[in-house]
Amino acid sequence: MEGMGNEALGYLGAGIGAGLAVLGAGIGIGNIAASAAEGTARNPEATADIRTTMIIAAALIEGVALFGEVIAVLLVLK
Amino acid sequence: MKRFSALRAGDFTRIAILIIPLLFGFGTFANAASDAGHGEAAAHGEDGGHGGHGEESAGDVIMHHILDSNKMEFDPFGSFALPKLVIGGFDLSITKHVVFMWLAAIILLAVFLYVGNYYKRIGSRKAPGGVANVMEAIVQFIRLDVAKSNIGEGYERHMPYLLTVFVFILVLNLLGLIPYGASATGNINVTLTLSVFTFFITQVAAVKAHGIKGYLAHLTAGTHPALWIIMIPIEFIGLFTKPIALTIRLFANMTAGHIVILSLIFISFILKSFIVAVFVSVPFSVIIYLLEIFIAFLQAFIFTMLSALFIGLASSHDESHEPEAAH
Repeated sequence: MEGMGNEALGYLGAGIGAGLAVLGAGIGIGNIAASAAEGTARNPEATADIRTTMIIAAALIEGVALFGEVIAVLLVLK
Repeated sequence: MKRFSALRAGDFTRIAILIIPLLFGFGTFANAASDAGHGEAAAHGEDGGHGGHGEESAGDVIMHHILDSNKMEFDPFGSFALPKLVIGGFDLSITKHVVFMWLAAIILLAVFLYVGNYYKRIGSRKAPGGVANVMEAIVQFIRLDVAKSNIGEGYERHMPYLLTVFVFILVLNLLGLIPYGASATGNINVTLTLSVFTFFITQVAAVKAHGIKGYLAHLTAGTHPALWIIMIPIEFIGLFTKPIALTIRLFANMTAGHIVILSLIFISFILKSFIVAVFVSVPFSVIIYLLEIFIAFLQAFIFTMLSALFIGLASSHDESHEPEAAH
């Protein structure tokens, strides 16, 4: 870390943090989509219900990821 | 004659389907063109070396585009300043986002007054057409798929709020995508206000459903009094996570879309390459733009859906299976 000021470390932290938040959200939403596709294939009549549940769950996960992103943006702007 | 009118209606839909993407597509390029002037400055800023003062960087232009301001800008036709208003130390100026909220309110008033009068005129025996038909689809969607399926009994009382919040967010989101538009939902004050409404409505619904005693008992989550010292703070914080999550979700989604589009456009200015502009910036920003139209609908839907879900959870009588839906 020689030669890296606080500012550089802040940018580094923001970048890594944003990446990790996106990684977590990607895994989570991917799991939801996989389960939803499986559920729809097994029971096509429930497609509408499954879709609604999927969107809500994806939105909630996305919310957590966005918290992470907002913190990263604040780190960069401060 | 009937057949003719049916044809006419069909044509209208087809024309509308064609025109709407064209309009939004034009929006992309007009926004890009209006920012291009700034972009030149950004490119020169890169020339002048990093950290050059005085010149605007791409980041500055993006922040300028996203943040609220006291000016309505119509580049390259100039701009005009909006009145400043400070009352008792509070800055109550009319800003760009306030103007767009008024615009949204005017659009919604016009559309819904027209539709309301239309229904009064035709009565309930004739099938509606045109704008009324579209609005009926939206209202029915909110009523059945959002309010009724999440709140259940007594959902009619919450319909006005849910419908208002849905169409208001939707119009604000879409206004950010037209030329010279700004999306007021990309301002955290606006989204926070909307979720504070949801918060109070949720609490009032909870008190109405369980009574003040039941409401307070709910804060203990039905545990043994020895655990109250842990449970009450957790449940109390849980009350506030829901509106904060709503706030951040809408704000971050709408802001992120604008940042992505502008960043894609600025790639060509920073690299100063026509090839990048033609093969990367324009096609990718159009794709993201279409995605943004979808997100405008999706986020309005999700805000309404989660509001309905929170109201439903707060006023539901079975305490056995309450999903943790607040994060």
